[in-house]
Amino acid sequence: MAEVSRRPYVREMGWRWIFRHPRYVRYMLREFSCLFIGGYTLIMVWGLKELAQGPGAWQAFLEWLRSPASVAFHVLALGFALYHSSTWFNLTPKALPIPYISGAHYAGWAAVSLAVLYFAGVF
Amino acid sequence: MIQLEVLRYNPETDAEPRMQRYEVPYREDWVVLDALNHVKENLDPTLSYRWSCHMAVCGSCGMMINGEPRLACKSFLREYRGVIRVEPLAHFPIERDLVTVMDDFMGKLARVKPYLIPKHEKPLAEGEYRQTPAELKKFKQYSMCINCMLCYAACPEYGLIPNYIGPAAIALAHRYNQDSRDGGRAERQEEIAATEGAWDCSFVGACSEVCPEHVDPAGAIQQVKIKSTLDWYKEHLMPWLK
Repeated sequence: MAEVSRRPYVREMGWRWIFRHPRYVRYMLREFSCLFIGGYTLIMVWGLKELAQGPGAWQAFLEWLRSPASVAFHVLALGFALYHSSTWFNLTPKALPIPYISGAHYAGWAAVSLAVLYFAGVF
Repeated sequence: MIQLEVLRYNPETDAEPRMQRYEVPYREDWVVLDALNHVKENLDPTLSYRWSCHMAVCGSCGMMINGEPRLACKSFLREYRGVIRVEPLAHFPIERDLVTVMDDFMGKLARVKPYLIPKHEKPLAEGEYRQTPAELKKFKQYSMCINCMLCYAACPEYGLIPNYIGPAAIALAHRYNQDSRDGGRAERQEEIAATEGAWDCSFVGACSEVCPEHVDPAGAIQQVKIKSTLDWYKEHLMPWLK
């Protein structure tokens, strides 16, 4: 066989693929949500530490929670947590092809949320 | 008339790819492949691309059309407004113009053993391996794969991690694993339960969105993850079950 001249060209992927289609932006938002959920978890751990240090530290922590920066973060974190949960719940039928699996997740989510609100004394 | 912007790359003369515009007639019933054939036959015989059946069966004419992996034979000109940009499938090296190097996919496909490995070989005289409609339904969807590689071009994980075995190969492995006549799962697990198998998937889900045959490779990959996880628990926590 004659020698064929081959010089395959490899394209660099870069980062612009994120904006190639809205689905990749949605995917990156879902992945990005972990930063807010992780941040919220760290605040909870920090709060526990302040609680262990006595009433003064706990009051200061509660004060900080009411600050505009903290409120802004919590609103963002709530938004990302809702987005994160709903995107994954919507994907559950692919991993577990069982009838009503997605709805069962939403029902479980609602039940746990109501329980948490009940113990927090909202009702 | 419409404008077709096509990626050109001649390995003998070009240092890197460039875009070339062609003006082709607009026909209501033409697909992008018809427009490319018009260019090849009437305007520029040097244009290279793969195609065969013109009816979404062979899986040869996968290319990026306006940045989205599509079969050129299934993408009507009437779906698009303005210039239609045609490029080779993303994440694969370009051999020439719209022709990509498929060796990587072909190698991975062979590694997952996409064929029946019977549990027990039985002589021909004993007749066929029979299957109920319910058993057929468990894998039929995955058997629709035409190896067009659109899922690989849609998958950013494959683009970023070239060793990732990828959506179609895992979906086909899953297809045989789900088949009641098959006994080859342990052999395929070596490939698909590995890090470079299902675990490199972060569930972007793009593979299933672009699949022209609605195979749902993303679903297959997640099911492989669940089954592999159960294997691990059985092996490490309940070894007496072996």
